[in-house]
Amino acid sequence: MNKPETDVSQIGRDYKYGFHTTDKPTFSTGRGLTREVVETISAQKDEPDWMLERRLQAYEHFLTRPVPEWGGDLSKIDFDSIFYYVKPTEAEASSWEELPPDIKQTWDRLGIPEAEKKYLAGVGAQYESEVVYHKLQEELVRQGVVFLGMDVGLREHEEIVREHFGTVVPFRDNKFAALNTAVWSGGSFIYVPPGVKVEMPLQAYFRINAENMGQFERTLIVVDENAFVHYVEGCTAPIYSSDSLHAAVVEIIVKPGGRCRYTTIQNWSTNVYNLVTKRAVAQKNATIEWVDGNLGSKLTMKYPAIWLTGEGAHGEVLSIAFAGKGQHQDTGAKAVHAAPNTTSLITSKSISRGGGRAGYRGLVNVANGARGAKSKVVCDALILDEESRSDTYPTIRVHESDAEVEHEATVSKIGEEQLFYLMSRGLSESEASSMIVSGFVEPITKELPLEYAVEMNRLIQLQMEGSVG
Amino acid sequence: MALLEIRDLHVALSDGTEIVKGIDLAVESGEVHAIMGPNGSGKSTLAHALMGHPAYQITSGDVLLDGRSLLELGPDERAQQGLFLAFQYPYAIPGVTVTSFLRSAINALRKARTGGEDDPIPIPEFRKELAAATERLKVPRELLGRYLNDGFSGGEKKRIEILQLALLHPRLAVLDETDSGLDIDALKTIAGGVSDLVGPELGAVVITHYQRILNYIRPDFVHVFAGGRFVAEGGPELAEQLESEGYDAYLPEASNGDR
Repeated sequence: MNKPETDVSQIGRDYKYGFHTTDKPTFSTGRGLTREVVETISAQKDEPDWMLERRLQAYEHFLTRPVPEWGGDLSKIDFDSIFYYVKPTEAEASSWEELPPDIKQTWDRLGIPEAEKKYLAGVGAQYESEVVYHKLQEELVRQGVVFLGMDVGLREHEEIVREHFGTVVPFRDNKFAALNTAVWSGGSFIYVPPGVKVEMPLQAYFRINAENMGQFERTLIVVDENAFVHYVEGCTAPIYSSDSLHAAVVEIIVKPGGRCRYTTIQNWSTNVYNLVTKRAVAQKNATIEWVDGNLGSKLTMKYPAIWLTGEGAHGEVLSIAFAGKGQHQDTGAKAVHAAPNTTSLITSKSISRGGGRAGYRGLVNVANGARGAKSKVVCDALILDEESRSDTYPTIRVHESDAEVEHEATVSKIGEEQLFYLMSRGLSESEASSMIVSGFVEPITKELPLEYAVEMNRLIQLQMEGSVG
Repeated sequence: MALLEIRDLHVALSDGTEIVKGIDLAVESGEVHAIMGPNGSGKSTLAHALMGHPAYQITSGDVLLDGRSLLELGPDERAQQGLFLAFQYPYAIPGVTVTSFLRSAINALRKARTGGEDDPIPIPEFRKELAAATERLKVPRELLGRYLNDGFSGGEKKRIEILQLALLHPRLAVLDETDSGLDIDALKTIAGGVSDLVGPELGAVVITHYQRILNYIRPDFVHVFAGGRFVAEGGPELAEQLESEGYDAYLPEASNGDR
């Protein structure tokens, strides 16, 4: 094994910062993907036959689909070099020392406690919020709310999983949805019974499960009639992944009158390809809200989608992308209006600096029969220097004559005059620019739970100082 | 040694055009100096150059605060030394509330004072100072929760500039056309607020086209600035004379294209 490097961006496929040590081997399927690997994963989890069948069908489909070429550059992904399944064990905790120093340093600067850092690193099995988590669990169980890891969810609530799994994102949707379906492991499973409003946001963070940061996580959320839940995934601290591909699938079903908000902040280390399919179906008078922050990764391709299938359904996507040196954030949103009087609002903010590239790729589709649909898209891009780049690729398809569809886009640069004004008050150049950037993303951060908003602003400061890899 | 000392200052644009062609000025604590000049005479260029705006080159001469040259310092470091510029056209920072901006600016200055250690102002102390200053300057409380200068009227912007002056405690304040765009009541409040601050802790340079602000901030010295130089200097009576006679006597012929 090589020595750990200090620069995360230098991490190549030849060296993996595994959190296991060679003298304490853990179970893994080895590099590369075969039918046998898929069977082994399913057997390890002792899954029902139908899930194995589904995995195998998805695997076959994955093989036939070409790597998409319409977005970011995926040509460097070497599917044969990836570990598709590594069974997490306690033994991993011994390898904390193998983490790259700059990741630890960033966590220090964010003021993240030691125990939490180990959790973030995937090396800690115990975490002090466990007590909080247990109390939360008791309350949830009393209300009939299910909040489990996906693996456990499948074991304990097979009928709900079977009814909904793959109905929102079928494995034929795209190559990476197929891959995820074939090899998924971890993720969250949430079911909220009719009329139940979960007051506290459910955070993946609280779920003490070494698998929940998995690279092929699968999340399924079912919000029953007139129920509400806010789910928060990820965190603002950089997540170090030993593997370079993160291909998750998130499916959400919101039944009539229900509401679901899904907040993600991803800050993968900059060796990671983050290719995520997120889609939600909102039935009659239901509401779905995606709040999506993308700070890390080498390339992210993610377009949270809302399918408004019931009359009066409403969907919102609030997204922010930060593309620094060597990063490409190809993000956006999709809104499909498939029923009358449905409404959608998409707000996208992107920042690019240090040669980074941020793009908005969006779709608004008003289908036949979706009379009275209204959609508004607002895209604002902030470009911090000459070498950075921002693109907008909006697609709008309207099949009803009375639809109201608006699209606004702005591109701006941090003006010398704005900087001069703030610096004349004693703020350093990096303090001044991070203040301008924080202000730019404020419409998003104010929608985040407070601790996330605070961390997000601190992280932007670090990014602006150029001290984050 | 004067608080602010300007020695034979020359300022040019990046294309080499000289705007300020050699001026000298010495300002002591407690003094108010008025720099009066016609539109386009280069008054704002002078103000921006003092604060360190990158678009203006100081081609020769020196600017000293407390005997220390400012020329090698960036605008942030000049502010940390105690220099303040009230902008004629303050910039908007969307998404950042006035309150949050003020606290960040105060903390930046406090950090510089402790040599780089964070030393944030305690929240109760900040609230108290903010409440006192907003009352004195009649700044509507509602403005404090809005985004800095975003959609503010001209008068609101000027009030917020002077609110910053009051809270940041500089040693030397340069007020660039603070009177422009103000109605008479606002002018009285704002000018009165500045007058109250001038004293052993603060000297001021008031840049203006019109004499009327000087009715409320009594200058100790008046400098007439035209064609890049001080063309006349005197006491407050000079301002009154300008008000009645205009700048014509000081304008070189055919130089109305001057900046």
